[in-house]
Amino acid sequence: MIYWEDVPVGSSFTTAERTISKDEIIEFASEYDPQPFHLDEKAARESILGGLCASGWHICAIAMRLVYDSFHVKAATQGSPGIKECRWRRPLYAGETVKITVNCINARASESRPTMGLTNWTWEMTNEAGDTIMITESWLMMGRRPTDDTPVEAP
Amino acid sequence: MAWFEEIEVGRVLELGSHTFTSDDIIRFAEKYDPQPFHTDPDAAKDSHFGGLVAAGWHIAAVWMKLMIAARKTVPKEESAPAPDGRQAPQGGPSPGFFDLRWIKPVRAGDIISYRTTTIEKVDLKSRPYQGIIRALNEGFNQDGELVFSFVGQGLIERREPFAGSSDT
Repeated sequence: MIYWEDVPVGSSFTTAERTISKDEIIEFASEYDPQPFHLDEKAARESILGGLCASGWHICAIAMRLVYDSFHVKAATQGSPGIKECRWRRPLYAGETVKITVNCINARASESRPTMGLTNWTWEMTNEAGDTIMITESWLMMGRRPTDDTPVEAP
Repeated sequence: MAWFEEIEVGRVLELGSHTFTSDDIIRFAEKYDPQPFHTDPDAAKDSHFGGLVAAGWHIAAVWMKLMIAARKTVPKEESAPAPDGRQAPQGGPSPGFFDLRWIKPVRAGDIISYRTTTIEKVDLKSRPYQGIIRALNEGFNQDGELVFSFVGQGLIERREPFAGSSDT
């Protein structure tokens, strides 16, 4: 288990890559963001975005899953109070392969909960060409290592 | 929906509400955020949340769903075509958002009502046919408690090109 103490400022990792299909983009958008450039290839080509692309909220959810699979699944995560900023820099087009580069830029112990610490992260989603699709800055609540637990190597 | 020029700072739009059932919470979380407090009611009881809670991105995605639905109810006659013949915009892409807060957990069975308030209009010298609208978006639970908020942005078409010189 990765605890708050195991990811000090400067910790960094890159997630696995994932290719985002047209079907997945349309499925998410049909339920949560039914705008033409997320649903229909022809309408998307004629739109300001130039092609079928994922909802910004879908980009956030995809990023969440990629980071979960690399980090949260083996870490004492306890939720997030929020996102300071999220920039959608360019569209995520159907068929693109993306990954997230994660950096810890700040950390502090919780003042009210002695078993909790907070870590401040940037996430950057890039495609195969290295273009930045999204950047976020957020805080994550994590459990602190119990004194009887042995440390593990951070990702 | 409305042209950039027609949107007024201070405009409040009630977007309606959504019930987060446990099935709904688990279905979203299994795909995008399978932390146990979002997917497993028993494990969630032992977490610091004390029960199943919706994924943060699920709460945000439902805001978008209700926002799109609300846009479609704006009467067509409100927004006449531009002098150059362009039709009123159907919404536009967003460059991102600020200050998103998950203030209180959204639990299985909670009914969240969303609303959006226009707070700022930004002229763009670099894009004379578009402007940025900033809005404070909020979600309240059935007890009237604020559970979610963020400042969203949309790039919205102007009816007539921006002729001013201020830029931010």
